[in-house]
Amino acid sequence: MTNQSSVLPFERPKAAQAETRPLMEARNITKYLGGKLILDQVSLSLNKGEFKVLIGPSGSGKSTLLQCLHFLLIPDKGDVLLEGKSAMDMSHKNICAFRQEIGMIFQDFNLFDHLTAKDNVAIALRKVKKWSKDQALSKARDELDKVGLADKAELYPAQLSGGQKQRVSIARAMAMEPKLMLLDEPTSALDPELIGEVLNVVANLAKGGMTMLMVTHQIGFARHLVHEINFMENGRVIESGHPESLLANPASRTAMFCARLSELTGNQ
Amino acid sequence: MSLLPDFSFYNAVIYIIKGTGLTVSLIIGSMLIGLTLGLPMAAIQVYGPRWGRFLVGLYVWFFRGIPILVLLFLFYFGIFGLAERLLGQILERRINLPPFLATLVTLGLTSGAYQSQIFRGAILSLHLGQYKAALSLGFTRVGALSHIILPQALRVAIPAWANEYSILLKDSALAYVLGTTEIMARIKQMVWITHLHVPFYILAGLIYYFLTWLGIRALKRLETKTRIPGLGMEMEAEIAKNDQSV
Amino acid sequence: MNTWEFYSKILIPALNQGLWLSLLIIVPSAGLGIVIGVLAGAGRAAGPNWLKGLLDLYVSIFRGTPLVVQLTMWYYGLPSVSRFLGSLMAPLGLPDFTWKFLVFSPYVASVVAFTLCSGAYQSEYIRGAILSMKKGQFQAAKSLGFTNSQTFWYITAPVAIRRALHGCGNEIIYLIKYSSLALLVTIQELTGKSSALASYYFRPLECYLLTALYYLALVSLATFLLSWLEKKLHVPGLGQAKSL
Repeated sequence: MTNQSSVLPFERPKAAQAETRPLMEARNITKYLGGKLILDQVSLSLNKGEFKVLIGPSGSGKSTLLQCLHFLLIPDKGDVLLEGKSAMDMSHKNICAFRQEIGMIFQDFNLFDHLTAKDNVAIALRKVKKWSKDQALSKARDELDKVGLADKAELYPAQLSGGQKQRVSIARAMAMEPKLMLLDEPTSALDPELIGEVLNVVANLAKGGMTMLMVTHQIGFARHLVHEINFMENGRVIESGHPESLLANPASRTAMFCARLSELTGNQ
Repeated sequence: MSLLPDFSFYNAVIYIIKGTGLTVSLIIGSMLIGLTLGLPMAAIQVYGPRWGRFLVGLYVWFFRGIPILVLLFLFYFGIFGLAERLLGQILERRINLPPFLATLVTLGLTSGAYQSQIFRGAILSLHLGQYKAALSLGFTRVGALSHIILPQALRVAIPAWANEYSILLKDSALAYVLGTTEIMARIKQMVWITHLHVPFYILAGLIYYFLTWLGIRALKRLETKTRIPGLGMEMEAEIAKNDQSV
Repeated sequence: MNTWEFYSKILIPALNQGLWLSLLIIVPSAGLGIVIGVLAGAGRAAGPNWLKGLLDLYVSIFRGTPLVVQLTMWYYGLPSVSRFLGSLMAPLGLPDFTWKFLVFSPYVASVVAFTLCSGAYQSEYIRGAILSMKKGQFQAAKSLGFTNSQTFWYITAPVAIRRALHGCGNEIIYLIKYSSLALLVTIQELTGKSSALASYYFRPLECYLLTALYYLALVSLATFLLSWLEKKLHVPGLGQAKSL
């Protein structure tokens, strides 16, 4: 399984040598929403440079887990550690600082509708990181350039296609120079022909060694590029492992789920 | 308390509530005048020639830019006064046009301006294809408007109509300045007799509140009753689209 | 006196005076109305339930009754409340003037009436604008590390202002027109002046027509300013909030 990279469309980047402690670690996270148990003692860790994927049926808690890791939702129990430091019981100000360290990509983009693409990227630099306007805008142009949207900098979200919006949102998150990125089904709101351009950007991030945790159903994309697949069901991670080993074993839940997905969608 | 021999609070309330009839007929009358004026004006604004659009625009600008109180004065003391004098000279006797008529005409003409904008919006929310399809089936332009566009536009406009109703209702309370004996005029009379300000003003508020509620409810029912699946979605979709983008 | 002299020496100077007084009513009422509208609208959109209930009651009362009834209440009604309270308090030895603050001058009564009524309508647009904010906008702001107050100033406010602008601006245009009601509490503003002149000189048609032109000019100017501002702040895809 280790020497297949030659037949893959992407070079699978090597994960950095495991450091003594993971970059981010979630310990026994439990979360109730509306009285319902959504996350049941989920533990997960990400080393620097690792790219992991969360898959699983809808309602299994993937998005909730991502939001808990980013403290958009506060976990009811458990702990989230970033570089060994616990994020629980932080003040509002510290939570805001914590969130800056982590980039998040949303399913429905969530661009700020009253700002142009470049201002979307620049606003957090200016207002949160207190950069000067010129500095922030030049960084914004760089980031837009990296996602191939330098020519769309002056357009408003309503004037962009879905794929372009998602690329702007990736540029916006990357501009903050996060330590890791959380991607919540970044392509699920896109028309099929627009998915590729976003996945390309994600693949470039992976090649650049970005630490990422991504919720996705794009198995074909994931199996070639990621270091680990985590399969979630009913609020728990019930399987995790190297994509090739999980998908090669037809008895694994992951393989069965993916087989059903491809039956439904007709691809891979 | 009573200054008049047969005055009682009960009679006073009955007297005021009877004024409600006048208020309601004022509103219904002016809404109908407004409808008759507003529909063709809306059609002209959307489908009409340039000069027609200009004239309608001028009309709307005039009636929407002037306070209802000034319009009431202008029509009753100015235009109706002039008409009384001219008619008096022609007929060689004294002519008195009732203030009710002046109020009705003023409110009706004003409502026409507002309703034309309501229907203009409603027509614009319909697909242009509806009009073209009707023409392609051999309808005349007026036929296409009255058989295809009108039935749809009327339905779509009902919610905005409810709003227009409540504005007219509240504007009609100003009719008392001309001496129309509707609710507010009767309230003022009773206050003048009894010097009981607050109870009568509260009564006025309650009656108007009730009438607003009643009218809006009735139009809501009309809306559900005449609803055609899918129609009006355009307007809602337009709104939803805006909502989505924010 | 010929017609020209009547216009230039009497009517126009008087109407200009009235216009000034009208503006003295409109400007503070519009400003205070916006303030009340923003507070009430924010409270109705995001406040605790008891506050929402209270504010909904306020809005439905002031939108459900004619402005003329409200104005009459403030000007003619409150003094009798004051007298009533005074007579209640008299046996307690409180001086009679304790409740005199409820007796409004015509000017104060008009501004209070217009402010409260306008504020009720304004709050509808503000509430609509705030409620139409998508949850994702807040999430994205949070995820970039914005604090709550930063989110409000840089994300919520710019969007809400654009969405409420059209409705709130139109409400101010309504206020310009309804300021004519101040005549009913004896204020000699634009309509009051013209009504006095019309009956004194017995020239109603000319007086009221000219007054109408004054209002047309005011309203057209306000409409122009509003659409200029809307154009200036326009962002593609940011439509108007709908208020029901």
